[in-house]
Amino acid sequence: MINIASIFLILIGIYGILTTQHIIKMIIGLNVFEVGLNLFIISIGFNSEGIVPILNESNKISDFVDPLPQAIVLTSIVIGFGLTAIALLVARNIHNKYGTYNINELGGKIHE
Amino acid sequence: MTYLDIGISILLMFVGILIITSKDIIRSIIYFSALSMLAALAYVLMQAPDVALTEIVIGSGLITFLFLFTYKKMKKVGENK
Amino acid sequence: MKKILALILLLSLAFFAYQYINQDLIAPYGQAKIDQSVSSSYVTQSVKENPGFIEYGKSENLELGAANAVTNIVLGYRALDTLGEVTVLFISAIGVSIIINTNAGLFKRSRSGFILRVGAKMTLPIILVVAVFVITHGHLTPGGGFQGGAMIAAGMLLMALSDPDFLPSIKNFKILEGISGTAIVLVGLIGFATTGYFLSNFMNTGQIGHIFSAGTLPILYVFIGLKVGSELTNIITDIVGKEATLD
Repeated sequence: MINIASIFLILIGIYGILTTQHIIKMIIGLNVFEVGLNLFIISIGFNSEGIVPILNESNKISDFVDPLPQAIVLTSIVIGFGLTAIALLVARNIHNKYGTYNINELGGKIHE
Repeated sequence: MTYLDIGISILLMFVGILIITSKDIIRSIIYFSALSMLAALAYVLMQAPDVALTEIVIGSGLITFLFLFTYKKMKKVGENK
Repeated sequence: MKKILALILLLSLAFFAYQYINQDLIAPYGQAKIDQSVSSSYVTQSVKENPGFIEYGKSENLELGAANAVTNIVLGYRALDTLGEVTVLFISAIGVSIIINTNAGLFKRSRSGFILRVGAKMTLPIILVVAVFVITHGHLTPGGGFQGGAMIAAGMLLMALSDPDFLPSIKNFKILEGISGTAIVLVGLIGFATTGYFLSNFMNTGQIGHIFSAGTLPILYVFIGLKVGSELTNIITDIVGKEATLD
């Protein structure tokens, strides 16, 4: 059932980016999208009778779950952090210049 | 499909809807920290402990701090202190 | 009007996702088999030649020799992706230090309470010891360089929030970041000079499960842990030190 929840989180993230007018809420929606995406990638390699892929005195290699999606998601989580840091700094600079976080009130002087 | 799987999935969807439909920004940030912890629990249930460690430290620790630090107001020294 | 259009877009995306799951492109949930994918040769470490049955504590000199299968993939078979990810973090750390709007010097912070000051000083050594353990045992237990590096950055963040005089005294993280990044590429070049493949494992991998096993994999994880930890600390201290205080 976790793959259904992860696709639902992806769609909720897209809906959140499209229908809000506050810049910080757009970045929160982007992060919800990334949590859902990482959950979906790991749920592809899951086996119900599998065990953790670490060798021990008392388990066999033929019981492991798939370790390749886990290596991919490890990289993806850290890159998502770097992206969020830069996006939040650009939002902070917009607030310092225009005084608001609402995207409908930016750049009022261009029309005149 | 065990009961724990179904329970975690329903909680994930519920917290996701709460994040998008709340009017206050501080509430959305705290709900996002809770979503990250639930996702780490789902990673442990899917037999992936490396990914769960990374998601807890980065998702609930560092990203929540970045959001809170960007959003709170600032005051200069000498304004009304 | 905008909400109705967004809902129509979402419903069409959900319809396509449902059709994709019902075909045979990916296995149903909980029934993935690794005998038919490329991971079967990664798990049994038989990309070049087949070593036979792998047993804990007895098999010697395998291809990569780490007991943690994810460490084998991240630092052995797909090591170039890890180098690319370290580069992306480096670019974002440079970007943070360029974009930030420095209003330094005009803002003061009030003194934090007693519990935060004393508690942070008592918890910081525990956090650092756990981080060093997780980095150096990455090939035997869950863990590795990324997890330990993020824990180091979280410890530095705790001290920076409780004591305003802590930040000007840790200036050496920028030098450490450059040295660790150069060391990773040097280890890769030594592997290129001896065996002809960049970032290959050129040392003798000992017994599987022993602490001194898996050749150059723990050495690479120590350098990656130091680099990721100092990069995340640079991002955090740029944001805390140059912006104004919380209120």
